[in-house]
Amino acid sequence: MHLPLASQIINLLAAVLLLLSFAMLTQRRILSLINLFALQGLTLTLSTLVVAFSTGQHHLYYSATLTFVLKVLILPWVLHRLIRRLNVKWDVETLINIPTTMLVGIVLVILAFNVALPISQLAGTITKSTLGIALACVLLAFLMMITRSKAVPQVIGFLAMENGLFFAATSATYGMPMVVEFGIALDVLVGMVILGVFFFQIRERFDSLDIRHLEKLKEE
Amino acid sequence: MNWQLYLVLGTPLLGGVLLALWGHKRWAAELNIAMSVSTFIAAAALTAEIISNGPVITADEQFFVDSLNVFLVALTAFVSMTTSLFSRPYMRIEHAHGKLSDNRLRLFHSMYQLFVFTMLLVLLTNNLGILWVALEAATLTTVLLVSLYRTPASLEAAWKYFILCGVGIAQALFGTILLYSASEKVLGAGSGALLWTHLSAVAGSLEPTVMSLAFVFLLVGYGTKVGLVPLHNWLPDAHAEGPTPVSAVLSGLLLNVALYALLRCKVLVDGALQAPFASHLMMGFGLLSVVVAAFFLSRQKDIKRMFAYSSVEHMGLITFAFGMGGPIANFAGLLHMTVHSLTKSAIFFAVGHAAQKAGTQIMDDIRGLMKVSPTVGWGLMLGSVAILGLPPFGVFASEFLILTSAMRQQPWATPFLLIALGVAFAAVFSKVQPMVFGETTAKRLPHPPALIPVFAHLGIVLVLGFYIPPYLVDWYRVAAKLIG
Repeated sequence: MHLPLASQIINLLAAVLLLLSFAMLTQRRILSLINLFALQGLTLTLSTLVVAFSTGQHHLYYSATLTFVLKVLILPWVLHRLIRRLNVKWDVETLINIPTTMLVGIVLVILAFNVALPISQLAGTITKSTLGIALACVLLAFLMMITRSKAVPQVIGFLAMENGLFFAATSATYGMPMVVEFGIALDVLVGMVILGVFFFQIRERFDSLDIRHLEKLKEE
Repeated sequence: MNWQLYLVLGTPLLGGVLLALWGHKRWAAELNIAMSVSTFIAAAALTAEIISNGPVITADEQFFVDSLNVFLVALTAFVSMTTSLFSRPYMRIEHAHGKLSDNRLRLFHSMYQLFVFTMLLVLLTNNLGILWVALEAATLTTVLLVSLYRTPASLEAAWKYFILCGVGIAQALFGTILLYSASEKVLGAGSGALLWTHLSAVAGSLEPTVMSLAFVFLLVGYGTKVGLVPLHNWLPDAHAEGPTPVSAVLSGLLLNVALYALLRCKVLVDGALQAPFASHLMMGFGLLSVVVAAFFLSRQKDIKRMFAYSSVEHMGLITFAFGMGGPIANFAGLLHMTVHSLTKSAIFFAVGHAAQKAGTQIMDDIRGLMKVSPTVGWGLMLGSVAILGLPPFGVFASEFLILTSAMRQQPWATPFLLIALGVAFAAVFSKVQPMVFGETTAKRLPHPPALIPVFAHLGIVLVLGFYIPPYLVDWYRVAAKLIG
């Protein structure tokens, strides 16, 4: 009855997620990037809630809560604090070749849909059509990490990749077992703390968070 | 109840907490050793238990010990114990040279124990999801260890390590999700569907398309941590720029543990596919790693970088052996995992002291170690000879087995392997020889170096070259059969 509607909503949210991934790919201001990331987390929470509601998978409510707390509240807050402490709040990154990046992104999306096709045909979940989008989000986040030269946007790319993976887990399987999701959340959180420490170390050493300084180690 | 298992996991975890509190004290190194020795004793007790009573599944099936992981648990506990013995004087010398503050020492000790804990968790868990979580945690604990000196180069190495391994391991998570989506159809949702013992029981009915795609992602993900070419870029930097005890455990243990994760997945994929898909991929990546790393060896200037490339080469060789499959190749692969781990960590111990004496890691500036310290010189020389696969060391036995099974099963690969091993031999030997013999530039150290671990490791490798104890042979046989 309400299943078709639910899957329509999920598809809509998936599309929003993909759109946000593209927006992050081309966003130059660090502050806006963090807000986009928080928005992505919110979309993820909503779609998980819809899946949980429409399929009666109770453990998804917990993982939606976990996502909300971690990716909408804690991580953006930590990032905001970090960029304030590091004085990079108003930093604008010069991105070269935004159109080319977008084109590469579109190619990646097509690739992702093709790779995901055989699996989504086998998946019995109502969310199966979104697996391609999930993989596309992972690949776009990956592209973002490659194209950025500042440390903070690279890390946001890393976290966005984790968002994509989480979305893949809900769309292919209605989420991983709870104990694993807690473990992943813990890893992400600890990773973020370590990176925070790391940012200060890099800054202290190089007076900048530009990772182009970090290209000295090469094969002769 | 299986108290040995909890002790194996609990001791390093407790050690991590205690050393986070007291890691800067004068006796922290001794506490570190005490915790590592206790872990090893617990691991030995666990091993004895497995030998007498067979495989163990415990704690609601969350932990699983069989002959494949028990020997790796023992090896991990042993090498982490000897590394803690080595790190005591090594880190004191670094401290005396003013390279490290008290707080950094605390960080080192605490993270070292937590790192050992995460590796043991990877080995002992039955849940493939937890396995992923623990392997990611192993990366996180070592990131700050690689950047311990806070030099520009070490920060760069740590950043590269974090980003590359993070991205790699994200691929492995995607692979795990796919694996779960395949298994959930057979086993039903819930955490039972990620338990390896359940999965391997129903491997034949898992969806082959999903499983093969999952394996590609898992191979890329865990392969990054194993250091397979072309995903190896983080490895030489992390090994060269981190403190030497960290290089020793990264090379000797972490690479093994990542390979173990890959092997567990390979068993499932082989069962699902009934085709040598995973084997072909592993052989390809393995052979490429052996050849590429061998040619990179001769171009290195930094001694730790060179031995890091040697690790890439040997992990490639092991991956290739497991890719070939069959009882003999798998046996050789397991033996090679053991001897490589022991030999490589022994080499890093010797290299660490050699670099401290010479005051540099650049090989051209390290000369005549034999004159100033015969033990360091002999340790480095014997270690190099052992890792290059000269008889009578154990590495010779395993490489010989790998080569002969390659001739039988994959004759096309043999020339590549032989050329690579020859090139590696020439490269390493020609660089080590002048470092050990000749006139010296080295100086005395403020603390006497720890060389017992070096010779203990090399002694075991030497013995394994002559004689492998029957229970070890049985383990390897059973484990080799398990891998298929």
